[in-house]
Amino acid sequence: MRKARDLDQNRRRDLEIISSLVSPGDRVLDLGCGDGVFLRHLKEDRQAQVMGMEIDPESIYRCIANGVPVVQRDLDGDLSFAEDGSYDLVVLSQTIQEMRRPDQIVDQIVRVGKLAAVSFINFGHWGCRVQVCFSGRMPRSSQMPYQWFDTPNIHFGTIRDFRALCERLGITIVQETPIAARFPRLTKWFPNLFAVSCVFVLERKSGSAVK
Amino acid sequence: MVEIDTPNQNCFLVQPRDFQLPEPLPLQCGRALKNANIRFETAGTLNAEGNNAILITHALSGDAHCCGRHTPSDRKPGWWDDMIGPGKWIDTNRYFVICSNVLGGCSGTTGPGSIDPDTGRPYNLNFPVITVHDMVQAQKRLVDHLGVKHLLAVVGGSMGGMQVLEWAVTFPDFVDKVVPIATACCFTPQNIAFDWVAREAIKADPDWKGGDYLPDKPPAKGLGAARMLAHITYLSNESMDRKFGRNLQDKSDPENYGYAFDFDFAVESYLQYQGRSFVERFDANSYFYITRATDYFDLTAETRGDLVAALKDVKSSFLLVSFSSDWLFPTPQSVKIVDALLRNRKEVSFCEIKSSCGHDAFLLEVETLGRMVRDFLATPRRKRA
Repeated sequence: MRKARDLDQNRRRDLEIISSLVSPGDRVLDLGCGDGVFLRHLKEDRQAQVMGMEIDPESIYRCIANGVPVVQRDLDGDLSFAEDGSYDLVVLSQTIQEMRRPDQIVDQIVRVGKLAAVSFINFGHWGCRVQVCFSGRMPRSSQMPYQWFDTPNIHFGTIRDFRALCERLGITIVQETPIAARFPRLTKWFPNLFAVSCVFVLERKSGSAVK
Repeated sequence: MVEIDTPNQNCFLVQPRDFQLPEPLPLQCGRALKNANIRFETAGTLNAEGNNAILITHALSGDAHCCGRHTPSDRKPGWWDDMIGPGKWIDTNRYFVICSNVLGGCSGTTGPGSIDPDTGRPYNLNFPVITVHDMVQAQKRLVDHLGVKHLLAVVGGSMGGMQVLEWAVTFPDFVDKVVPIATACCFTPQNIAFDWVAREAIKADPDWKGGDYLPDKPPAKGLGAARMLAHITYLSNESMDRKFGRNLQDKSDPENYGYAFDFDFAVESYLQYQGRSFVERFDANSYFYITRATDYFDLTAETRGDLVAALKDVKSSFLLVSFSSDWLFPTPQSVKIVDALLRNRKEVSFCEIKSSCGHDAFLLEVETLGRMVRDFLATPRRKRA
C-alpha cells in the first residue's frame, strides 16, 4: 500500500539533506523506512547504527535483505519503547502525510531523538493552488498520483502549516530546507509557493526536559 | 497439510548420532544427571574457522531429525525439511546445521524412559525435573564437543524459540544471531492451564500407573487425549473451518447425524487420528517432563519479572517472527520481547506474518519465513563496540 521508496530525483534530494546530518556512530531511527535502502546507505557509507520501522511486510522482507534491522510497527502507536533522547536522529521522510495524528508523532520524535528530520510534500506549491483554483479539484502530480478517495496520504499540509504546528508544540526549527527542481531563487524567497517539498530539522525547545 | 513424500533415490541423507556426556550434568532442580546421552544429527560441514554452525532447536514433539532422510526409502523427511537442506532457506551447502533431541525427550536423548544407572531400571517419574535452561546446557556441551567455537545462529519455534531465547541470555558471547519464532519469554496462565489439563488426561488413564506403565501398554487413551487438546491449540478456528467446516465424517450420508457419541464430524475423526498417531511416536512420561519445562520457563525469573533487565547483557542480533492467527503464542508476546530489546539498544528485527494456520504456521509458512531467515543469516554483523 505504501508506495515503494524508489529513490527518484526529487526524493533523493530530501534524503541527501537528511543524510548530511548523520555522523559516524550516530543512532538513527527511520520511521516508515520502506525497503531500507536509505538506512543501508547510512549504515554503510556513514557508519551509523540504524534501526527502521515499517508496517508493510514486503518492505520489511526487503529491509532484512538489505541488511537493515527493522521492526514491524504501526507508527500511529506511541514510541514508548524508546527513552527520551535515545536516538541521535529520528527520520520521518515523506511518511507524515499517511499518519492519523501527525501532531502526536512529531511530538514523539523530538522526545525520542536529539534531532528529528521531517520531510514532506508541500501542498502550498503554486501548482497545487492552480489545480484547486482553476479545475476546482484536488491536486494530483507525479509525487501524488492518487485520487482523493484512494490516497494513503490523509494529512496534507503546507510549509506554513508545519511551522505553525512546531510553534504550537513548542518545537525549535533548527533548519528548514525547501526543495524544488526549478526557480531556486524564488524557492528561497517564497518556499511555501515554490518548494515541491521541504526538510525540517527539529529539536525540543531548550529548557523542555530531555534527560 | 500432510504431505506424502515419494521415496527418492537422490535424496539428502543424514545419520542420527549419539554423544555421551563425559561428566554428570548439573540441573537447575539441584540434582545431576549421570551418563546422559544426547541424540543429534548434523548436516553440512563445519568450516575451518568453526563459525558457520547453526543450531536448530525443536518444539515439544520434535526430535533431532530436522532435515533429510535416514534411508532413501523413508516415507517422510525431517520435521523442518522444507526449511533446511542443500540449496534450501537454511542452506546446508553453506552452513553446518546441528539439531539435537531435548533432555527429557523420548527420541534418543536421555529422558524418563532411559535406564537410571543407579537402579538399572527406567527412571519414569524418578527422572529429575528438567528445565529449558538444562536443555540448553546439554546443547552447549554438544556443540563444544563438535568443535564449534562460535554459533552463527540458533533458530527455533515454539518451545524451540524458548531455547533460542535462553541461549541468547545464557551464552551471550557464543551466539551471533538468534531467531526465536512464534514464542514468548514465559508461558501465560492459559498456556500453563492447557498443559495441566493435558497431563491430567494422562494421569486419568488407568494404564499410566503413576508413570510406571509397561512399555507395551502405555496410557494410550490419556496421551491421545492430551495430544488432541494440544493439537487444537496449534490450529486456528479459521484453519479448522476451512479444513473441516461442519462436515460429517460419513460423506455418503451428509444429512444424518448418528445420534450417538462416536465421531460424526470430520474434525472429530481428524483429532482422533492425530491422538492415535502421536501415541505411536511419543512417550507419556516425556510429555510430563517437557511440558513442565515449558511451564517453568521464565526469562525474567532472576530479574523479578523485569524483561528489560533480563535482556540487558545479550549480544546476539535478533530476528523475531510471529503469526497473525497464532493464539497460543500471540504477536503481543513477541512484541514485548522486541520492545525490551529496543529499550536495551540491541539489534532486533521483527515481523508478524499474516497466516490463517494458527501456531502451526511456523512449520507451514516456510516461503515467507524462509526468505527472512535466509537474508537475516546472510547479513554480516556490525563490529561490536
